Amino acid sequence: MALLSKKDANLILDPLADNNPITIQVLGICSALAITAELKASIVMAISVIFVLGVGNVVISLMRNIIPSKIRIIVQLIVVATLVIIVDQVLKAFAYELSKTLSVFVGLIITNCIIMGRFEAFALGNGPWKSFLDGIGNALGYGVILIIVGFFRELFGTGTLLGYPVFGDPIAKTGLYATGYENNGFMIIPPAALIVVGIIIWVQRSRNKALIEEA
Amino acid sequence: MAVNTEKNTYTVIFAIIMVVVVGSILAFLASGLKDKIGENERFEKQQNILYAMGVNENTEDSGVNFIPTTEVEGEFTKFITKQLVVSPDGSVEEQNDAYLIDMKKQLSALKNGGDAEFPLFVGEKNGKKFYILPMYGKGLWDAIWGFMSLDENMIVQGAYFDHKGETPGLGANIKLRYFMDDFIGESVLDGNRYAGIAVAKGNNDPLNNDKEDNEVDALAGATITGNGVAAMIKETLNIYKPYLETIRTN
Repeated sequence: MALLSKKDANLILDPLADNNPITIQVLGICSALAITAELKASIVMAISVIFVLGVGNVVISLMRNIIPSKIRIIVQLIVVATLVIIVDQVLKAFAYELSKTLSVFVGLIITNCIIMGRFEAFALGNGPWKSFLDGIGNALGYGVILIIVGFFRELFGTGTLLGYPVFGDPIAKTGLYATGYENNGFMIIPPAALIVVGIIIWVQRSRNKALIEEA
Repeated sequence: MAVNTEKNTYTVIFAIIMVVVVGSILAFLASGLKDKIGENERFEKQQNILYAMGVNENTEDSGVNFIPTTEVEGEFTKFITKQLVVSPDGSVEEQNDAYLIDMKKQLSALKNGGDAEFPLFVGEKNGKKFYILPMYGKGLWDAIWGFMSLDENMIVQGAYFDHKGETPGLGANIKLRYFMDDFIGESVLDGNRYAGIAVAKGNNDPLNNDKEDNEVDALAGATITGNGVAAMIKETLNIYKPYLETIRTN
């Protein structure tokens, strides 16, 4: 027996490609611009969002029948803010170094529209297990794009990956730099992320014409 | 039991219960973890101060490596020989645990015309004296702070910078070694003036060979954070100037 039914598996797989939160739903763009200047930050952010969205979706789903619809957005906001603060405080006490790396992302996670979007669109209407899968799937879809964008921006912006020089030393002019290659300063500023995301969207839609909206 | 979740009374009761539950969880957590977090922050401060005077576990090509937290308390008492408190009028007194003084509070007290006292640490390593100045300022998004050690000739012996929320990959790079190490060897004096050290764009000195120019090379894409660092150094020198004049030998 398969671990997940086909329907459940699709909850995880769909957001990775044909229903990707960033490239198709165009959610979570703000943090995708802000933190993808280096690969490490992209990976940390992806892991954090996977955790928060997975757990948050389950919590909202468990509460879905008792949340008054008039204040549901506020309730969602409280749930995600509480989760993030709990994680932040526990890390500060037991993994201080890690918490310092993450502290920058705490605010960005709370305001990430993917999280509110999935709470609102999925967790409020589905059971906890399905919501969990949906949360993980969407966070993975978000993370994949973040990591792709971070990869290209760090590689062409600073010539490194995860901090390790790939192309040689730009100041001493070794490796690729000896041939006259220069790092592209444009890649490390936020607009470059939009262009990389745009290219991903272009590639994705030209491969799968069904994704192109009717004009 | 079917509850009508649309009723106003239900909404209000739900909101109250939710706030109480969430509030208690967070309050309970915060008070439970307070001591542990406080200890971590204290160790971090000691590590940063020692880092700025070159007591760290850096190797040639490594990143930033502090003294391990398990040893930092002992090393701190070993290397930091004096903890002073300096007032803007120039009076100096010794004070144990001056490193716990919050620079942010002192700076705002100074701005509001109140009594302010600024900590300063005298360290000694291999017979050489280090004067370590704490600093605090603002970057692009949020606070930046750091420690810088000087010798009697007002030459920077080491620097450590940190930030609360600068952009990863851009302004956040002020806490990377290649940026902090550039400060070592720079003089904060220009003639007799406490000029500080500017974080300069396009000074045609990316390898930072010129140690007389009061400049280090800027971080690409992080102009405002860099300017914040320069402004912070300048402000700090202004505060400590009366004391630094008394120890200066050149």
